[in-house]
Amino acid sequence: MRTLRAVVHGIGELFITLGVLLLLFVAWQLWWTDVVAGRAQEQTARELEQTWKPQAGGAVGPPTVRAADPGKGATLAQIPMGRAFALIRVPRFGRDYVRPILQGTELSVLDEGVGHYDTSAGPGQVGNFAVAGHRVTYAKPFNQIAELQSGDAVVVETRTTYYVYRVVGHTIVTPDRVDVVAPVPEHPGVKPTTAMMTMTACHPEFSARERYVVYSALSQTVPKTSGKVPAVLTAAAPSIPRS
Amino acid sequence: MYAMLWRHLPGPWPMRAALALVLALVAIAVLFVWGFPVLAPLMPFNDGTVSR
Repeated sequence: MRTLRAVVHGIGELFITLGVLLLLFVAWQLWWTDVVAGRAQEQTARELEQTWKPQAGGAVGPPTVRAADPGKGATLAQIPMGRAFALIRVPRFGRDYVRPILQGTELSVLDEGVGHYDTSAGPGQVGNFAVAGHRVTYAKPFNQIAELQSGDAVVVETRTTYYVYRVVGHTIVTPDRVDVVAPVPEHPGVKPTTAMMTMTACHPEFSARERYVVYSALSQTVPKTSGKVPAVLTAAAPSIPRS
Repeated sequence: MYAMLWRHLPGPWPMRAALALVLALVAIAVLFVWGFPVLAPLMPFNDGTVSR
């Protein structure tokens, strides 16, 4: 009788422990990853901006970053996996919204910011500049992706240039639909003539059943040598209409 | 299992309670830093990419 009681007691404690562990995991995933990744992504964005600033003596940034400048097109493939090379700003996501874009779409890269499909085009290039981001957890860079509307600005900043894309539409697809990141979105094999951008995130939230995909088209290129900043970044953020 | 742990902690009850708290916090820290990050990629809601 005593042994039976001890066994039941032990099983009970085991289940309680498992329940607590599960709750802890949920807290870690939904709260702690946001805290840690948010801090890290902010830091990455700031460091990238620092390396872009003209150094004393006229040199621009460390040579590693300069060599990896995607604005020069052909050098895009040289960017190592996980290296930040651009910043993304979306006024619809908030005035202060800025996240680093890193090379690659491995899960470990996406935890650090927005990931660039490494075989897709670079920022501003003819073809499709395709990126992926977390919609939940890890500071959720694309949390509000479903709020993007046609005409909204998505600004990609490289060392040399601001590229202003405008949202042209969205779709919801299954995760195997790699044609959404094709040079001409949804038309694999067709030679591109315009500069497009694709953003992907999981859909519905907290699920990997589908992907939420937003297409944008390049509308404006503002070289930093012009000394100008795109008007969409200086204007007030658009208010999100209530519906 | 927890009763056994309690019996093996030294000192009067306030000290045992403090030690138990420290042990729990250490366990949580280990899980947050090493345990859960290993588990997370296996979860079904973290992938936002399209791939074959």
